Amino acid sequence: MNYQSQAVAKPYFMAAIGLFVGQILFGVILGLQYVVGDFLFPEIPFNVARMVHTNLLIVWLLFGFMGSAYYLIPEESETELWSPKLALVMFWIFLVAGALTIVGYLAVPYATLAQITGNELLPTMGREFLEQPTITKIGIVVVALAFILNIGLTVLKGRKTAVSLVLLIGLIGLAVFFLFSFYNPENLVRDKFYWWFVVHLWVEGVWELILGSLLAFVLIKTTGVDREVIEKWLYVIIAMSLITGLIGTGHHFFWIGTPEYWQWWGSIFSAMEPIPFFMMTLFAFNMVNRRRRNHPNQAAVLWALGTGVMAFLGAGVWGFLHTLAPVNYYTHGTQITAAHGHMAFYGAYVMIVLTMISYAMPLIRGRKEAASRKSQVVEMWSFWLMTISMVFITLFLTAAGVLQTYLQRYTDTPMSFMVVQDKVEIFYWLREGAGLVFLFGLLLYVSSFFIGQNDPEEAAKV
Amino acid sequence: MSETFTKSMARNIFYGGSTFFFLLLLALTFDTESSLHETDNRENITEQVSHGKRLWEENNCIGCHTLLGEGAYFAPELGNVYTRFGNSKEAIMGFIKSRPVDGIPGRRSMPQFNFTDEELNAVAEFLKYTSEINTQNWPPNIQG
Repeated sequence: MNYQSQAVAKPYFMAAIGLFVGQILFGVILGLQYVVGDFLFPEIPFNVARMVHTNLLIVWLLFGFMGSAYYLIPEESETELWSPKLALVMFWIFLVAGALTIVGYLAVPYATLAQITGNELLPTMGREFLEQPTITKIGIVVVALAFILNIGLTVLKGRKTAVSLVLLIGLIGLAVFFLFSFYNPENLVRDKFYWWFVVHLWVEGVWELILGSLLAFVLIKTTGVDREVIEKWLYVIIAMSLITGLIGTGHHFFWIGTPEYWQWWGSIFSAMEPIPFFMMTLFAFNMVNRRRRNHPNQAAVLWALGTGVMAFLGAGVWGFLHTLAPVNYYTHGTQITAAHGHMAFYGAYVMIVLTMISYAMPLIRGRKEAASRKSQVVEMWSFWLMTISMVFITLFLTAAGVLQTYLQRYTDTPMSFMVVQDKVEIFYWLREGAGLVFLFGLLLYVSSFFIGQNDPEEAAKV
Repeated sequence: MSETFTKSMARNIFYGGSTFFFLLLLALTFDTESSLHETDNRENITEQVSHGKRLWEENNCIGCHTLLGEGAYFAPELGNVYTRFGNSKEAIMGFIKSRPVDGIPGRRSMPQFNFTDEELNAVAEFLKYTSEINTQNWPPNIQG
């Protein structure tokens, strides 16, 4: 760690990992509710558990992005962070606001939460992923603004690199597009249309800039490949992300009451969305193959390579599977969407945050280059357990989704939703099993931070 | 990548490409706004429909159901529930009203929301309006 202020990333990373554990616990509950319908009913109905699961994911990824930026920006800018104190204050505000929101979800019925937080003044609640009370959303905006101010002023006063500029553009985009969450017209079609300006333009737009820049940073650090080469790749990848992804938004506008032409725009451009992810895989492997040194942090390199592969599979391949309008006509809103969602979020955003944590955390904790061998071995075991179990979660959900699509939508004698759910039950049980393995992998991951802390550094191999 | 393709060329493709396609997205958005009235069934948005949408949101219905295919996949699609229930608001209201407070042993069950008759009617009106949105013939059949 070259700059003292990089250490503010630590609480952000710790919160991210803690909330990640919470997210997965609720994931396991949800998986069980799929097969034991009355599990925890009516205390924690499915919708509440799902809200906790998805909102915790978003919040911990945001913690991860912010922590990553606080670590990366001073190093890239070659200067201390503009205000480490502001970063710490915002950490606590975000953590307390997030915790209160989750407690609110669990403690009172959602309608009551809407009432006590004054949803009628500015109704924004009750839309998928944007369930947070309006006051929490305002809090998110405040934290995001203070964060961008802090990061932006640091970039301005220091060295400007492609990595830091791309990260900054991505973070500003994240904040700007979130503002659409405050727009909730009574016209359902319009509501859905602009809802995607948050959701799609985040995960298939500006978040890819954040992903690309974090990956580029870790590759620069761990491979020693010339920055010029890595930044050139970065620009090409994110150019392709936005060139395909902006109009690719149209693949959400097939069946929600928007004009028919979106079927063409959406199909053609979103069919190209795998390209930047494929390039990301090539990029990661290419840079590691051309490495000038063998970095002792092998776990971080593994996470970086894994991000490339899994993002391409989850976001690219599984996205493409159901993105063409004639296919999506049958698969829209089935378990195939769930399958894609799980692997895409894990492969792209979970793994890049874990890549950054893997690289940065040992340095923040005072080690010279990497965690001890013992700790890395456990971390790499957790990598494989989580990644392989996520592959199986995805495969089981895909099987459920294909059957669901056929039985409910495609056959000459379509069956009702609940009848079909019973017929595909075996795959939900299998998914739950894979989910438990994922949870085990995650706990192993957490344990890796407590192993071999005082063991000596591995000597860097030449 | 070859040496003749420089970083600044890559950067220009990024700035130029993303600006162009962002403007194209804006143009398509304006065009969609101008023709949306043909498909979005806005003429049927009454005060009750509006109230029904608020109830839909404030009870987090999307946390289990899909609506026009978006939402959670735990419970049936409701974009066409009005037609699936035989074009009957009463059937929708009756179903919501009759959910057991403690659920159904071993099965998925919708919570009991204790809606008033007026609220039940608003939710049903909202779902009726939704079923009349032009969704390019989606879903493929009545099962949703």
